[in-house]
Amino acid sequence: MNIHEYQAKDLLKEYQVAVPEGIAAFTVEEAVKAAEFLKQKGTTLFVVKAQIHAGGRGKGRTKKTGAKGVILARSVGEVRKAAESLLGDTLVTIQTGETGKKVERLYITDGVDIKNEYYVGVTLDRTRNKNVIMVSTEGGVEIEKVAAETPEKIVKEWVEPGLPLQGHQARRLAFALGLTGDPFKKAVKFIMALYKAFDKTDASIVEINPLALTADDDVVALDAKINFDDNALFRQTEICKLRDKSEEDPLEVEAVESDLNYIKLDGNVGCMVNGAGLAMATMDMIKLAGGEPANFLDVGGGANVDTVRNGFRIILKDPNVEAILINIFGGIVRCDRVANGILEAVKDPAIAKKLESMPLIVRLQGTNAEEGKKIIDESGLNVISAVLLKEAAQEVTRAISA
Amino acid sequence: MSVLVGKDTRLLVQGFTGNEGTFHAEQMIAYGTNVVGGVTPGKGGTRHLDRPVFHTVAEAVEKEGVNTSVIFVPPAFAGDAIAEAAMSGIGLIICITEGIPVKDMIMAREIVQRHGSRLIGPNCPGVITPGEAKVGIMPGNVFTRGPIGVISRSGTLTYEAVDQLTKIGLGQSTAIGIGGDPVIGTKHRDAVALFQDDPETEAIVLIGEIGGSDEEEAAAWIKDNVTKPVVAFIAGRTAPPGRRMGHAGAIVSGGKGTADDKIKALRAAGITVSESPALIGETVKSLL
Repeated sequence: MNIHEYQAKDLLKEYQVAVPEGIAAFTVEEAVKAAEFLKQKGTTLFVVKAQIHAGGRGKGRTKKTGAKGVILARSVGEVRKAAESLLGDTLVTIQTGETGKKVERLYITDGVDIKNEYYVGVTLDRTRNKNVIMVSTEGGVEIEKVAAETPEKIVKEWVEPGLPLQGHQARRLAFALGLTGDPFKKAVKFIMALYKAFDKTDASIVEINPLALTADDDVVALDAKINFDDNALFRQTEICKLRDKSEEDPLEVEAVESDLNYIKLDGNVGCMVNGAGLAMATMDMIKLAGGEPANFLDVGGGANVDTVRNGFRIILKDPNVEAILINIFGGIVRCDRVANGILEAVKDPAIAKKLESMPLIVRLQGTNAEEGKKIIDESGLNVISAVLLKEAAQEVTRAISA
Repeated sequence: MSVLVGKDTRLLVQGFTGNEGTFHAEQMIAYGTNVVGGVTPGKGGTRHLDRPVFHTVAEAVEKEGVNTSVIFVPPAFAGDAIAEAAMSGIGLIICITEGIPVKDMIMAREIVQRHGSRLIGPNCPGVITPGEAKVGIMPGNVFTRGPIGVISRSGTLTYEAVDQLTKIGLGQSTAIGIGGDPVIGTKHRDAVALFQDDPETEAIVLIGEIGGSDEEEAAAWIKDNVTKPVVAFIAGRTAPPGRRMGHAGAIVSGGKGTADDKIKALRAAGITVSESPALIGETVKSLL
């Protein structure tokens, strides 16, 4: 699960991670009020930041007004103008794709005087099965780029399972940033607090890019990105409240509500599969057959009438879909049962109508596969059946070239 | 011969009396697996499926001489269940549970290592040696005994590959579902090593997917250490970066863990990669 920058900073503050003063705003008036409050506290340079779940905001532009996603303002009046140009418009960045994301929230923050910029991130190192903290003197740059071009500029410390980050590890990282004196001490404190926040919130990634050394020798997070381990959300009730569904694809939100694992893609062949690995393999096969997968959809182990019906409903809402492939490997779930489930779902009037003009290929394999195929073939419905995966691929090719 | 599970397996089911545990324990018993008992804290001293139920794993180990455990405990408690099995001296722990928090798995894996046990999974279909023992949730009827060792990160895709092998006349020595999570007990490389040392296994099928770099590590190791033919398939070539494809571990992040990188690494190590998931069986056949 993702959260907004302002939510991440509020959360980090709770763990004593230093962040500049800032306030979230949902309207222009709230933005102005936030700026006035910051001004009273001594802010002379404001930063107005669009809050969307995507990076590259500083270089992104909105569609209507052409405003940048991050705007510097020198007065409350300029904050008002910036807020007006951003709220309600759609921001396009390198990470959003052409469709962009609608700006509905802003973050008004103190524009600190920056002496130097760094990077610090925490995530799981899958190779070592330990969490890793990475720092780099190359702040404000994409860390993937640093890793590819100058990997020696990234310094890492791995945290022992079950133990907190050790002081000497945080010190080594702070030294690696070339810090001394007061800033060094502040950086050590920052890194210790950051790891604690990562650990306590079941985060999957915490990224501070850039981490800033200010003119006053403070060490603060200028930006903050946090993702959480979805598997741990059951015990992170406060974090669940931060979910912003408007940032998620509406079809994906609907799928979650129906207990389906769905990811929307841009292709023309919809697919419904049991099991994540087979679902990915089916997408790959669609591509090899000359199509493009329209989605990832795992209906889970027990493909029954309800899951299949919900799967159809969601796939058919995607206007790009020209054909549908159902690929079920019946293990403990028998294929004849799955076939009956599919037929019943297809009889749903809303689904039946849309399927009139769309090829539906059903591939059932595994336990009682032949019986399943027979049920589909003898149903009199407009459904193409297949048993081998190879045959299914050929049917996909035929369907999309027709 | 076979690897991990077989006629000598004395299996304990953790989460024995729950819905999943009950259903799959019945299936495993029907397959011929030697299920000696189960654990459900609070139900010790009762009997379930005509077998004893214990409060703790330690008690089951002491009374029934358990050497393998299979875990069907819900995700919030599964990390603890893995640790309990390891700390009770069980050598092989197979965890089926999906959805365990990463933080819990980092700890559980560490404890398994400290106690010298082997963990398979979590988020896996289990391990099967056809005709001898099924420990997990695989449909036993799809498998037949033979010379192919199968290793996979996913469930139904394994059944698909095995079904292709069986239909083409190639049985399996053992099939190991290593699991689709970012932190797992036994990785591709370790599983390949088991098959390399198994005299019954003549060829190895390695099914991977996007995310992490376990396939790349296995490829490098295979190049130097494996003499048997290896066929690989990597799922997720069409998966978009930054999105988790069902399995918690199936994600391309920061440009790392793409299918193309893995395929390149596997081919560089002399491994035959099947482009299509529909041709895994035929590809193996062509090498034998």
